[in-house]
Amino acid sequence: MSVEAPATAGEIQTIVAARRLRHTRTVFIGVGRPSTAAILARMVHNPDLVLVYESGTIGAKPFHVPLSIGDGELAQTADSVVSVPEMFNYWIGPGRIDVAFLGAAQIDIHANLNSTVIGDYDHPKTRLPGAGGAPEIAASCGEVIVIAPHARRTFVEKLDFCTTVGHGDGPGARERLGFRGKGPTAVITDLGVLEPDPSTKELVLTQIHPGATVEQAREQTGWELKISDSLTTTEPPTAEELAGLRELLDR
Amino acid sequence: MADVMSLSDAVESLVTDGDSVALEGFTHLIPFEAGHEIIRQGRRELELIRMTPDLLYDQMIGMGVARRLVFSYGGNPGVGGLHRFRDAIEHGWPRPVEIEEHSHAGMANRYAAGAADLPCAIMRGYVGTDLVAHTTVAPITCPFTGERLMAVPALRPDVAIVHAQEADRNGNVQLWGIPGVQKEALLAAQRSLVTVERIVDELEPRPGGITIPGWVIGVVAEAPGGSRPSYSLGITDRDNDFYKFWDKMSRDRDEFTEWMTANVLQSDHATAT
Repeated sequence: MSVEAPATAGEIQTIVAARRLRHTRTVFIGVGRPSTAAILARMVHNPDLVLVYESGTIGAKPFHVPLSIGDGELAQTADSVVSVPEMFNYWIGPGRIDVAFLGAAQIDIHANLNSTVIGDYDHPKTRLPGAGGAPEIAASCGEVIVIAPHARRTFVEKLDFCTTVGHGDGPGARERLGFRGKGPTAVITDLGVLEPDPSTKELVLTQIHPGATVEQAREQTGWELKISDSLTTTEPPTAEELAGLRELLDR
Repeated sequence: MADVMSLSDAVESLVTDGDSVALEGFTHLIPFEAGHEIIRQGRRELELIRMTPDLLYDQMIGMGVARRLVFSYGGNPGVGGLHRFRDAIEHGWPRPVEIEEHSHAGMANRYAAGAADLPCAIMRGYVGTDLVAHTTVAPITCPFTGERLMAVPALRPDVAIVHAQEADRNGNVQLWGIPGVQKEALLAAQRSLVTVERIVDELEPRPGGITIPGWVIGVVAEAPGGSRPSYSLGITDRDNDFYKFWDKMSRDRDEFTEWMTANVLQSDHATAT
């Protein structure tokens, strides 16, 4: 893509995710857009950011966006490479990671996530990959940022399966379940940003990206989406952010 | 010390129909060649255990090897779903497969408990999710603090198979790069096979290298390139293009079967080993 072309919705989504890591020490990431966002953040916003991948690579410094969470470049550039039991028991479980990026096939009003199955568990319409590390990552990391496409089939009133608890059934749920981390603090979509209301823990639209409308966000959400009184418009990507992202994906 | 033998002899002597078999390797060092040999030898009714089934179990499931699957993430990393895995669960093709699924933390702890010869592992996890009702976990109270925790049962596979970069002639093994749960799986199993890129006179210590003494390993077999299209750090590269190719090709049952016939059942390895 030419450097002059305006930012696409997907590019804005990635850049907004990267900006969230400006003051973060450690981020836990899966593949795809979260990985791109974290590498971009290290390039542009926060050169000291520590990237932690589920494969056991702590402090990886990939030059390319890896296809898998276990590409060779991650192990070769990491400060430390640990086994999977160590990753979950010594690093994620005790809450040593500040921010975790997660995706999901379905997300509900309290930011609970489904990555297991669409339809009935025993007779699934679509069998999805399953939990991976998500349940314990969401329970224990300092906070969770969900990155998902804004679509009605993703933002559903009721999950077909709860793989990962966000804010459970609302206020106090995480405390009752004994979770250490704050849970989801933002859901970044290609249309805007949703954040849980501090008192109800319901996801509310707090930010709309340039080029997107509140009406679109409402239409693409499977519940009656509330709009924050202090709704802001996302700061457009800077030339540095956009050029950095395009250069990164070109490598 | 481990017995050093050919891959086909190793699979023949270690893997029996109906066994529970764990082929481990977390993205890195996946023992593809050993899995292909299991397919070639026509093993059936296996309980296949693996955190990330990956393309290897997609192939084994699609070839009708598995009766049961124990796993925590059945995806094609960075690409999408696993079509043979999905077809077996959604439509029972080529045969229905029973599943037991966990989280990564749960599976990792289950292997660690098996390696320690403990009946279960204790962890924080699963709480509040629908997984609790669909898998083998149970709440447990800490006898010291009263904290409510979760217990997961130990994994004790009949056979564990892993891939590593090197072994010496006594079957001492060294692997480096992402270590996954290979060591835990190997120590949890009743019988074990390690395939290696090369057998050397003497193991040369590597940064971050893990050495496993030959006397806890059953069999070592040389299988150069045996982790492809996964990789063996420092020797082969991950074939990311193949992972993308698999996503397209494996959607169709006939194309899949043709590909497996040409590339696994009738491959050079089938006659060479």
